[in-house]
Amino acid sequence: MFGQLIVSGLAVGACYALIAIAMVIIYKTSEVLNFAQGEMAMISTFVAFTLLETHQVPFPYTLALTLLFAILLAIFFEIAFLRQAKDPTVLGLIIITLGFEMVLMGFVGWKWGPDQRALPFPVSNIEAYNFYGLFISKINFWTLIVSLVLMLILFLFFRYTKLGIAMRATQQNQLAARVMGIRTKWIFSFTWALSSMVGAVAGMLIAAMGVLDPPMMMDPLLKGFASGVLGGMTSLPGAALGGALLGVIENLFGGYISLSFKSVVAFAIIVLMLCIKPSGLLAKHYVKKV
Amino acid sequence: MDIKRNYYEDIELFKSNTILVWSILFLIFLAILPWLVMKYHLLGLSVYIVNLITVHAIVAVGLNILVGFTGQISMGHAGFFAIGAFTTVIFVLNVGLPFYLALPLGGFISSIFGFLLGLPALRLKGPYLAIATLGFGMAVTTTIKHLEFFGGRMGLQAPKLYLFGTPMKDIHFYYMIMIIAVIMVIGAVKLIKTRVGRAFIAIRDSDIAAEAMGVNLTYYKTLAFAVSAFYTGVAGGLYAFILGFINPESFHLIMSITFLAMVVVGGLGSIMGSIAGATLMTYLDIKLQAIQDISLIGPALVTFSQKYMSVAGISNIAVIVYGLIMILIVLFEPLGIFGFWIRTKRYWKTWPF
Repeated sequence: MFGQLIVSGLAVGACYALIAIAMVIIYKTSEVLNFAQGEMAMISTFVAFTLLETHQVPFPYTLALTLLFAILLAIFFEIAFLRQAKDPTVLGLIIITLGFEMVLMGFVGWKWGPDQRALPFPVSNIEAYNFYGLFISKINFWTLIVSLVLMLILFLFFRYTKLGIAMRATQQNQLAARVMGIRTKWIFSFTWALSSMVGAVAGMLIAAMGVLDPPMMMDPLLKGFASGVLGGMTSLPGAALGGALLGVIENLFGGYISLSFKSVVAFAIIVLMLCIKPSGLLAKHYVKKV
Repeated sequence: MDIKRNYYEDIELFKSNTILVWSILFLIFLAILPWLVMKYHLLGLSVYIVNLITVHAIVAVGLNILVGFTGQISMGHAGFFAIGAFTTVIFVLNVGLPFYLALPLGGFISSIFGFLLGLPALRLKGPYLAIATLGFGMAVTTTIKHLEFFGGRMGLQAPKLYLFGTPMKDIHFYYMIMIIAVIMVIGAVKLIKTRVGRAFIAIRDSDIAAEAMGVNLTYYKTLAFAVSAFYTGVAGGLYAFILGFINPESFHLIMSITFLAMVVVGGLGSIMGSIAGATLMTYLDIKLQAIQDISLIGPALVTFSQKYMSVAGISNIAVIVYGLIMILIVLFEPLGIFGFWIRTKRYWKTWPF
């Protein structure tokens, strides 16, 4: 049972990790905490649902179109709302993303209604693989694979491509990056697009594991925050580690202690982590000068 | 004109006779409001809606003490609201306390939780605090949902209240809530004007500077959380009895966001602004929930929804409008309704210039 709990915990944790990574990408570059992350992922998933179910588009094309939609949505939000804010406060930025979250949530509720649906995903969420006595459902297995591949791609992207390096430079010092000829405004738009894509993938995986309905991302959003805090809001590997850890801890708690209080674990972890090591497991701690 | 000669002038409730006269007029207006509402259906209001607005105004004032004056973000006020609502109902139902004792006790228990949340908040700032409080709000709802003591998923039925042997109606509730609200608002205004309030404002402007000036950060930050939670808890207790029924599902994240939206739309750091914000947002929310009943726009939207959207989800327009208001306020009028009011006042004061 222990191994089983860890394996399924890792699979759920992979989804948390993806959401946490999507948030960290934005937070790292622009210090905006994106509360609309969950809803951006959700609306992309609904677009995928419409393409698959209503228009019978084959899955690969659906995936491409969904990602395109996610990119456009994020760039629209960044240019139309965030960029317009004149020297905003932390609270102001949070309110803007919260407002966008509500707009998206209302729009999805209006367009698709409050019903629960099943996303016609090519991988079944009932059948399971059997690895030496450990059962792992197909969707969980592929979730793990997809997230690992995505993380690897992101890691390579940030480490080796010109754009990735430009993004890291912008994060460290916006002014210096501008002086070096980096178009920081474009970088911000691109950051949002990248994050939204990762979020859309996470949303589709989460919908494929469970059901598709407007409030589906509420819980994963909190878990994503918790993973981010656990691993460090400014560190990509930290967010990945945090997600995996959170998934496993939560599952073990659910298996051995209490199933109904499983979702309180995330909060406990947030508070504990923020008290002990506010910067998270893997992020470097730095104190802002006043 | 505006020179203060001593400390007591600074903490006076009414700065001038004009304000005193307007306040009295406003109180008279509040006293006859139910009559206006019932007789003329002013703006399509009902006494029930006015009650709801008043409760939300109490929450907004409480949240503004925390967010607007102390500068601490909270996205978990639905948690305090739920704690207040459930404990008040339980004190009346299971312990058998009278309502007038149960209500402050509910608020007090809520403020204990506020104090507890304030402790980790001492080390947190900005986005991190938002995450921690968000987690708190969600944890409270989940806990309540899974404890049989609180009625579990089904929630609790608030008992009927009696006034001199007759069951209380909306109109009786109105006067009770309004008296409580007026007392609490005056309390908040006074609080902000005194030593404690100035400590809060100092913390908002710069906590390091405040500490250097001798403001005890631990004490005042947790105090801000506790006071804010007390207001919200009392409002929660009232809310439970207006609705007559509470279930944990209704105290979700969106509710916390709604409270925050009221404060931001009304104006950060302005008590009157919070009241205006709560009034506007609650009224809009209730009216837009039933958007299909509004003349002209309603039927047009229904046909539009039938064609392109879903009719079942038409009430979601309220959420969209809400979100847009939040974004637009931050973009164009960061001080909210209060800022708008100040600008208008200044414009007329200096009028033809």
